[in-house]
Amino acid sequence: MSETDQNSLLNTPLFDLHVKRGGRMVGFAGYSMPVQYPEGIVTEHTHTRAKAGLFDVSHMGQVFLKGENHAHVSSELEKLVPGDIAALKPGRIRYTQFTNADGGILDDLMVTRTFEDGTLFLVVNASRKDQDYRLLEDNLGSSVDIEKIENRALLALQGPQAENVLSALGTDLADMGFMTLRITEIAEIECWVSRSGYTGEDGFEISVKAEQATPLAEKLLAHEEVMACGLGARDSLRLEAGLCLYGNDIDETTSPIEAGLIWSISKRRRAEGGFPGANRIQKEIAEGAQRMRVGIKPDGKAPARAGVEITNLENEVIGQITSGGFGPSLGAPIAMGYVPSDYATVGTRLNLIVRGKSMSATVTDLPFIPNNFKR
Amino acid sequence: MSVKYTEDHEWVSVEGDIATFGITDHAQEQLGELVFIELPEAGTELKKGGEAAVVESVKAASDVYAPVSGEVIETNSGLDSEPTKVNEDPEGSGWMIKIKLSDVSELDGMLDKEAYSKLIS
Repeated sequence: MSETDQNSLLNTPLFDLHVKRGGRMVGFAGYSMPVQYPEGIVTEHTHTRAKAGLFDVSHMGQVFLKGENHAHVSSELEKLVPGDIAALKPGRIRYTQFTNADGGILDDLMVTRTFEDGTLFLVVNASRKDQDYRLLEDNLGSSVDIEKIENRALLALQGPQAENVLSALGTDLADMGFMTLRITEIAEIECWVSRSGYTGEDGFEISVKAEQATPLAEKLLAHEEVMACGLGARDSLRLEAGLCLYGNDIDETTSPIEAGLIWSISKRRRAEGGFPGANRIQKEIAEGAQRMRVGIKPDGKAPARAGVEITNLENEVIGQITSGGFGPSLGAPIAMGYVPSDYATVGTRLNLIVRGKSMSATVTDLPFIPNNFKR
Repeated sequence: MSVKYTEDHEWVSVEGDIATFGITDHAQEQLGELVFIELPEAGTELKKGGEAAVVESVKAASDVYAPVSGEVIETNSGLDSEPTKVNEDPEGSGWMIKIKLSDVSELDGMLDKEAYSKLIS
């Protein structure tokens, strides 16, 4: 969607705040979102790694699945995802994917088992939420209610100072583990707080009633360690953290195994299957996938962006960059892409065709920067 | 010596038959902090309106077009290690390319500072 198409875009509850703070608004997945504020992407990025950044992620889809108990609702959802939902304890979060019959990825999502027995809380990508809702409606039995949550915003407070910021507002979450949920108040506003995020940093994702989103954001931004950050910094942070962007690094043709997401499939689910595309996915687990998502570091300074062709040293095209740009914390270009498994070993030399010129590059470990998650 | 501007947000300054050009302050502000700049080799023939350089921010790569035609005689080698010079001083130390003009009349009808200011306001 182009930037000029602003009229048909939806606004999040924080729209006025973004505009007031000088956010440069662009269309993203049907929403008008700030790509950056006057501070700029590099400053927002490095601030988040050093202190804390506040991101509006209200465009993402929030939905409840409600069944008679956890065993029932989890077994229904497990028909659509390879993640182990049954094993989730109350207040625990899991990352998984909706897969198709060919073992490709329809979307990636977070699933939280709430404290209410039989209720799961899902957060899905903005660009895929309509398809996801249809998928749920078409495939879950009538014994599971699907409740789209359209009256809540979602904020992400990310960075090593995130815990201290909330503590300064009177909410002590020091004992909260990574990938857990807590229902609590921040500045006297009721919030569903998850210790999670998509930046490679410690942090929290906070679901809040739409009408309380701006007061909450203002409270958080009033803390001197917190900077408002846009989609640009969110993208460069997740790229450095080696995380997949749906539509770029994962899509209906890439399997979770090719994408390096095998860690998100438990032993039980690997053995039992019972999710769409299990044949392909189980075969790839047993025999290895034919191609793999890898980290790639260009030798020079020129960024290699999505769509750039990857060649071997014999100049044969072997793959494509799916995400690429410049890592502000590394001060160097970084990229991810798919290559045949023979080329996926760390240290393998490749070439990238940038504007018609062949540039040398090396397969590297992901993430590009070490994760800083709460242990 | 006078500075002229294009509608694509390049500036060009001419002394004799040598033109120096780069991107405007407005352009660098729109692009954000630059992380890489690809400049042409000396001897390259540039055509008015054709691709002359590429400027890259964290987010995207953008083309810089030649405001006038001519042969590249020098590029700003300092931009290789410090691309943010373009952000800090776009019409000074952040210049990009010097060319030997092949057709001085191409400057006729280009925007002056006042007209360019109007364009971006």
